[in-house]
Amino acid sequence: MYSYKRNEMPIVEVRGVNKVYQQGDIRIFALKDVDITFDSGSFAAIAGPSGSGKTTLLNIVGGLDLPDTGEVIVDGRNFGEMSQGQLAQLRLNRIGFVFQSYNLIPVLSALENVEYVMLLQGVGKSERRERAMAMLEEVGLGDKYNNRPAELSGGQQQRVAVARSIVSDPAIVLADEPTANLDSKTGEGLLRIMAGMNEKRKVTFIFSTHDTMVMDYAHRLVNLRDGRVADDQIK
Amino acid sequence: MEFQLAWRNIWRNPRRTVIIMIAVIIGLWTMISLTALSRGMVNDMIENGIATLTGDIKIYPAGYHDDPSVAYRIGDADQIVSGIKKILPAGTRYARRIKVNAVASNARHSGGVTLAGIDPEMEKGVSFIGNGVADGRMIAETDKNAIVVGQALLEKFDTRIGHKLILMAQGADNEITSRAFQIIGVYRAKLTSTEKQYVFVNLSAARKMLGVGTDISEISISLTSHDEAEPFAREIRELLEDPDIEIYTWKDLLPMLKAYLDIFDGFIVLWFLVVFAAMAFGIINTMLMAVYERMREFGLLKALGMKPSLILRSVLLESGMLLVIGALAGNLLAAGSVAMVAAKGIDLSALATGFEYFGMSSVIYPEIVTKDVVLANAVVVILGLAVSAYPAAKASRITPVEAMAHV
Ligand SMILES: Nc1ncnc2c1ncn2[C@@H]1O[C@H](COP(=O)(O)OP(=O)(O)O)[C@@H](O)[C@H]1O
Ligand SMILES: [Mg+2]
Repeated sequence: MYSYKRNEMPIVEVRGVNKVYQQGDIRIFALKDVDITFDSGSFAAIAGPSGSGKTTLLNIVGGLDLPDTGEVIVDGRNFGEMSQGQLAQLRLNRIGFVFQSYNLIPVLSALENVEYVMLLQGVGKSERRERAMAMLEEVGLGDKYNNRPAELSGGQQQRVAVARSIVSDPAIVLADEPTANLDSKTGEGLLRIMAGMNEKRKVTFIFSTHDTMVMDYAHRLVNLRDGRVADDQIK
Repeated sequence: MEFQLAWRNIWRNPRRTVIIMIAVIIGLWTMISLTALSRGMVNDMIENGIATLTGDIKIYPAGYHDDPSVAYRIGDADQIVSGIKKILPAGTRYARRIKVNAVASNARHSGGVTLAGIDPEMEKGVSFIGNGVADGRMIAETDKNAIVVGQALLEKFDTRIGHKLILMAQGADNEITSRAFQIIGVYRAKLTSTEKQYVFVNLSAARKMLGVGTDISEISISLTSHDEAEPFAREIRELLEDPDIEIYTWKDLLPMLKAYLDIFDGFIVLWFLVVFAAMAFGIINTMLMAVYERMREFGLLKALGMKPSLILRSVLLESGMLLVIGALAGNLLAAGSVAMVAAKGIDLSALATGFEYFGMSSVIYPEIVTKDVVLANAVVVILGLAVSAYPAAKASRITPVEAMAHV
């Protein structure tokens, strides 16, 4: 069942992670003894039914949430030894995020949304403009740069989010059900763009999904069930 | 880009933004314009106090201040005046007077008054009587037994111009002396109490009646600015060094007014804080609402790696913009409304019955003072930012995971 062999260069290492949520009197085991590593450059899907722990795992890998026990090492940095400020700094420079929805700042244009992370990184104005514009063109939205999120379709908004996650030159992009709100054709378009970026830039992509079409694109498929890794295969 | 973002964010909910700006505008407008009005009232109290035979600086014979009797006199007034003229700026005015308590009477009435022997020319620009009379004519140099009284006294004594008024007072020889005068003019003062108190005769007539030769009882000095009274009084004291002479400023002579002035700035600060307190609830509420509506966004920004301090700063920038824009508009509104009424003054005679108590006239000229404007703006903007720190801190403390659960 456990068919994955580890490589020399893991970008993400998750060791013995447990996460329990307390809801009133009930304890929910969101993640149970999760051990998993991802190599640099992978294009991996985390699958599983709703409530299986996909979001929790991605949040923990992204440093948005901390495990109750276990270790998380991303890009050589051990989260357990880092302050909130250092985690924020790591996210800013090394990790890109694409969420299921509410990815963009509504008062900023597509271009400005992509620029914003670079502003936080301290990139100069003209370089910011240039890189953001090039990235929008890469995701096929060069003509929509001046549109606000409300003036873009759901698929276009997700493409802007992908452009933003990539533009800051991260080591890894985490995408939590990026296609869940899109029809299958639009979702497939987004996956192609992500796959292209992975190919071209060697950026690691880890995305969660319960869409079989999306799983088809993955080079590796991790199946979660009740917070445990039930299956892990390379295709 | 931070400014652009903040600007766009504050216009996401224009209705709310307009409401909070109106609150800031009205707050500052009331702060500045009502303070200008009370400054105007205080100025008026000072002007009235000084014009009512006080002057900016007064030179008394030693002892007169505590016992204003004819026993205390200055003999060498001309010499004193020509001495201090050398140190006081041009435009300063000097008035020499005899001033004693007296009893005025006619066939029907009698009452205590202050008899002032004046040179009408010298009183110009020094005291209210220099402005002349409302009815009849002013006393002249050559008048021997002419007297000018206030309108209120005329009514109280049931008399009129042309009729006689007998004055009785203690003379230089300690004997009671009396003399009949003819009313030739009636003056109006801002306060009826003044009209009842002072009666004016020619300086030489008063001297003759009291038998004081060429002596006087006071020199009243009118400066170009009331604020210079203290430094000049000090210089005069040093110059004269005369134990027979005492020098007072208007602040010494009007102690109630001075006490009021001393606490007035404190009242203004208190008043600003009260207005601000009302405004602060609006600011906190609005900013909290604005922040709660955007919790998901703050969570997203934190997920992207934005530091809490930067989120705090961006929320403060938004409320700072609201405050500064509101403050600017409030200042303009206050300046405009004060300028509109400042030329003609505000007639408060409808409410004026009680005002006389405080030595105030019924027409007030509001005055905007820079330090009040600076203080009002500082209170609104700085304290406004301080209370915005609470919603801003809420925004900066949200975690991405909490924010995603936030609807
Ligand atoms: N903040 C939370 N409080 C309580 N329970 C939670 C919380 N977040 C997630 N859970 C629970 O943890 C389990 C895993 O959730 P999640 O990681 O969101 O699953 P998935 O993303 O695969 O749907 C679920 O049973 C969910 O109800
Ligand atoms: Mg999920």
